[in-house]
Amino acid sequence: MSVFIIRRLLQAALIVFIMSLIVFFGVNVIGDPVYMLVSPDADQADIEKAIERLGLNLPIYEQYFKFLNGAWQGDLGDSFVFGEPALKLILHHMPATFELAFTALAMAIVIGIPLGLYSGLYPEQKISKGIMAGSILGFSLPTFWVGLMLIMLFAVMLGWLPSTGRGDTAKLFGLQTSLFTLDGLSHVILPALNLALLKISLAIRLTRSGVREAMGQDYVKFARAKGLNTSRIILVHVMKNIMIPVVTVMGLEFGSLVAFSVVTESIFAWPGMGKLLIDAILQLDRPIVVAYLMIIVLFFVVINLIVDIIYSILDPRVRLQDQGA
Amino acid sequence: MTEVVQQDLASERQVQTIDSETPFKRFVSEFFDSKTASVALFILLSIIILAVIAPWITPQDPYDLAQVDVLDGRQPPGAEAFSGYTMWLGSDGAGRDLYSGILYGLRISLSVGVMSGFIALLIGMAVGLLAAYAGGRAENVIMRVVDLQLSFPAALVALMLIAILGKGVDKIILALVVAQWAYYARTVRASALVERNKEYVEAAACLGISHARIIFRHIMPNCLAPLIVVGTVQTAHAISLEATLSFLGVGMPQTSPSLGVLIANGFEYMLSGRYWISVFPGIALLVTVVSINLVGDHLRDVLNPRISTGGGKAK
Repeated sequence: MSVFIIRRLLQAALIVFIMSLIVFFGVNVIGDPVYMLVSPDADQADIEKAIERLGLNLPIYEQYFKFLNGAWQGDLGDSFVFGEPALKLILHHMPATFELAFTALAMAIVIGIPLGLYSGLYPEQKISKGIMAGSILGFSLPTFWVGLMLIMLFAVMLGWLPSTGRGDTAKLFGLQTSLFTLDGLSHVILPALNLALLKISLAIRLTRSGVREAMGQDYVKFARAKGLNTSRIILVHVMKNIMIPVVTVMGLEFGSLVAFSVVTESIFAWPGMGKLLIDAILQLDRPIVVAYLMIIVLFFVVINLIVDIIYSILDPRVRLQDQGA
Repeated sequence: MTEVVQQDLASERQVQTIDSETPFKRFVSEFFDSKTASVALFILLSIIILAVIAPWITPQDPYDLAQVDVLDGRQPPGAEAFSGYTMWLGSDGAGRDLYSGILYGLRISLSVGVMSGFIALLIGMAVGLLAAYAGGRAENVIMRVVDLQLSFPAALVALMLIAILGKGVDKIILALVVAQWAYYARTVRASALVERNKEYVEAAACLGISHARIIFRHIMPNCLAPLIVVGTVQTAHAISLEATLSFLGVGMPQTSPSLGVLIANGFEYMLSGRYWISVFPGIALLVTVVSINLVGDHLRDVLNPRISTGGGKAK
């Protein structure tokens, strides 16, 4: 077991290292940020000074070693635009993103599972067919388009909810969050719903197929024969069995929620790290782009590592197969 | 020996003729059994035709500056343009007729989606076949890379590449190809693995047929069905991914405005109630993506009876 974990850890470290190479060299080969940041009427001396200050005059491999050395100590360089450490900026924007992703995840579970349960129990009903058609749409519609429609409907036409920003925030355990003020909540609803839509569809499908499978099983028949009423069979016995895979998969989707928040944050001007990334790409703010990509790679590698380890505990065949390879 | 080979080739030919006759007819009739899929296919074909003949059925070329009048800007649907024609879908901020803009945008969106999908299909197919046929260490390494990439969402992979490469049409296509090839590789490898262990492959190897011929003439045709299904769905993905990137401002440039660019351009007018600049290109995008998905969904049911008994019914 520990051998397996060590192997996986080494693999993860290797992936992060390779990604750091790809990301750093990739980002630094393109574009010239100096001309973006120095005003057009600056003379040669000013440009030289800026290059000196940003460390752009060093050979590229030296820049990389400087970057690697810094990254080791949690320093991923300073933003060209803000003049602040890139990592600090990203960490500063991270709570907003996580707040959005968590809200979306909660929405997906709270909305998706009951709908999936209903359509799994009564697959022939019109409402169920409507739910399934809706989930196909949820998979097909591009996120940004749904976001636009939400803004148009709820913010422009009905005027019920605000469409941009994060609203008032309150402090909880030292973190600013929108979830505990009324204004903040009204700001989070639309973007979170937008982000959650794909996952709601996923939760509907998972729950539905789980329910349909479970309803034919012996333990359900037995519970019926024993005379338990239907709601108890469904809510206690069936739900208990289907919740494990559903919750596992939904938990795994958290990573993709964070990744997709790039789109949602841009539409709703949500001040998270996704919006920071898009702004940084447009302004050629390389340290931020590099730092974001490294953080997100690290994030995904950690998620995958945890999943691998949990699976190997649950299913020893995974572990054995890996050793055989 | 030569007789045996000739017989074998003859029977091979016979099998091929049977293959191309009845199953195809059966496939066609099964496909049109579903009303939804038939309608979706009809809509999809209409969209493709409209996009192809766009220059002949639109009142203006929206990217020919001589034909665009700024005075026509932001007109609501049905307004009359300065030069006399009716703008049924309104006009955008720069005075371009939206109906023309959408058809020209469709051309760009469709061609980028189809092109990137096709390149990714070729690469993925080659890699997947190679992995399945070679086996051993090569397969291990290839599949590790595929699995690694599939552990990241495709949209994130594309966005990372754009962040690294920068903007531009060629870079978008490259990003879409890289984001997609792994799906094809995995699909092809899975079905090629099954085919590789079948007796006809063994027989072909015994006859001394070259590896390349076995892979491309014998194994590959048998892997095409799942590949077509994945290809359809992936093309829809590619189109909506390109639109997403363009909407974020990191996709297609303003000089080749796909539907995503049109929607992004209209976004700033949306809050002031001029909904049509974003909404109509969006509907065009939506109808395209959804109809491709419906066709792909039904193709899967028809082409693969094994899946349709399980996954198909679960819908």
